[in-house]
Amino acid sequence: MITVNNISKTYKVAKRNAGFLEACRNLFHRDYEEIRALDHVSFQINDGEMIGYIGPNGAGKSTTIKVLSGILTPDEGTCEVNGCIPWKNRVAYVKDIGVVFGQRSQLWWDVPVIDSFELLKDIYSIPKETYQMNLEELTELLNLSELLKTPARQLSLGQRMRCEIAASLLHSPRLLFLDEPTIGLDAVSKLAVRDFILRLNQTHRTTVILTTHDMQDIEALTNRILLIGKGRILLDGSPQDLRQGYRTMDEAVAALYREYAI
Amino acid sequence: MKRSRKREKKISAIRLYRRYVGIHIRSTMQYKTSFLLTTVGQFIFSFNVLIGITFLFNRFHQVADFTYSEVLICYAIVLMEFALAEMFGRGFDLFSGMVKHGEFDRVLVRPRNEILQVLGSKFELSRIGRMFQAVIVFIYGLLTADIDWNRWKVMTVVLMLIGGSLLFAGIFMIQAGMCFFTLEGLEFMNILTDAAREYGKYPVSIYGKPVLLFCTFLVPYALIQYYPLLVILGRTARLWYSFLPLAAAMFLIPCLLFWRFGVRCYRSSGS
Repeated sequence: MITVNNISKTYKVAKRNAGFLEACRNLFHRDYEEIRALDHVSFQINDGEMIGYIGPNGAGKSTTIKVLSGILTPDEGTCEVNGCIPWKNRVAYVKDIGVVFGQRSQLWWDVPVIDSFELLKDIYSIPKETYQMNLEELTELLNLSELLKTPARQLSLGQRMRCEIAASLLHSPRLLFLDEPTIGLDAVSKLAVRDFILRLNQTHRTTVILTTHDMQDIEALTNRILLIGKGRILLDGSPQDLRQGYRTMDEAVAALYREYAI
Repeated sequence: MKRSRKREKKISAIRLYRRYVGIHIRSTMQYKTSFLLTTVGQFIFSFNVLIGITFLFNRFHQVADFTYSEVLICYAIVLMEFALAEMFGRGFDLFSGMVKHGEFDRVLVRPRNEILQVLGSKFELSRIGRMFQAVIVFIYGLLTADIDWNRWKVMTVVLMLIGGSLLFAGIFMIQAGMCFFTLEGLEFMNILTDAAREYGKYPVSIYGKPVLLFCTFLVPYALIQYYPLLVILGRTARLWYSFLPLAAAMFLIPCLLFWRFGVRCYRSSGS
């Protein structure tokens, strides 16, 4: 159960105009601009739900994920995930979550994937039997048996993404954050990843929060969408609500972005 | 996935660190030639300092009443300290890159101490080259200098190595902590690391009283080098100088606090 209540977060960004003189002036005097990444965001997510978290670039998606995963502390507001406050007791909290950053790898680059998995087993102190069971299940579902002995650097993007997802599920997290998991994948890999996430949610009731720009992901996976723009939650509903009247999801979303001018 | 609530006992930090080191060694061995060349490079690179010292002593037979062999011992010990610090503490040395590329976020979503994870993020095996060179110089210094060795002096050397590598590690940590506040302008920190290694080849006292005071009370280089060296060379009756490297290791504490302060700022600001 995730409860987010009135969370706000402001970044200070140093600004200056182009040019050498400006750069010199900037040494002594700096202009800051405040950017509201999150502006009183509130929502609730139940256990076992699968949420699509969408919004244009810079809307505050990543900031929300970072707050929920305990990387950032918000300026104001409260947040509780499974009875924990993410940014307090970081170590105890992150045992129960898994995070996949689609554009950043968590595998050790030069060693076979299985070595990375073994190290993760130690980092998370996963009991032996649990590890074995999870590994077998993930290997089968994600079709990893050929990949485990290959160094991560030699995997294709699709293969690597499957390994990344497995890596963040070895410790049986109850909550999984997927930050653009299908970015850059070919059709086959995309379908494989989607299928797997769907099954994971059905068999283990893992709560999944998915951020993506791929509307097909959203249609295939989620039954609830949160739309964020300029740091505010603009819409909370089902994909059907969102799509009404439009031929495709992409058109519907584009129309929404225009409507809200985000 | 089985959700077992019974948790096996947490794997100890030391064991986990060994696993990290293991994976780095295996990674390094993927590129054997590169590793070999870097190691040899490290070995040869350090020789230019040695040559500098040798030329100097060809003209002058003493520098502030230290002989050639005595300076070599001092230089070799500082080099060993630095090589050890770089080998194990390289994660902090390269930390700004870790923050820039967002890898530190990954550290924060793993249920382990941040320091352990940063230390484990890099292990520089190729520094063995530097270490090897230092050992050779050290042995040469030992053979030529006129020192009667006893257990106390051996212990002093060991303490110097421990205290010195911790001191350098502390400086890496300050450097790492600073990148939370600014991502540029960290070069000047090299004054404290690389320059200390370069100038540390001579006992600090030769640079004069102000430098000696600075290196005693502010950034305690003299405690890992000059004072215990006096004991080894038998120039002082104050045997407690042997324990000064441990005091220098205390420098690690403010460094650690500073770094943790930086982490806290990071968590409330983000990148």
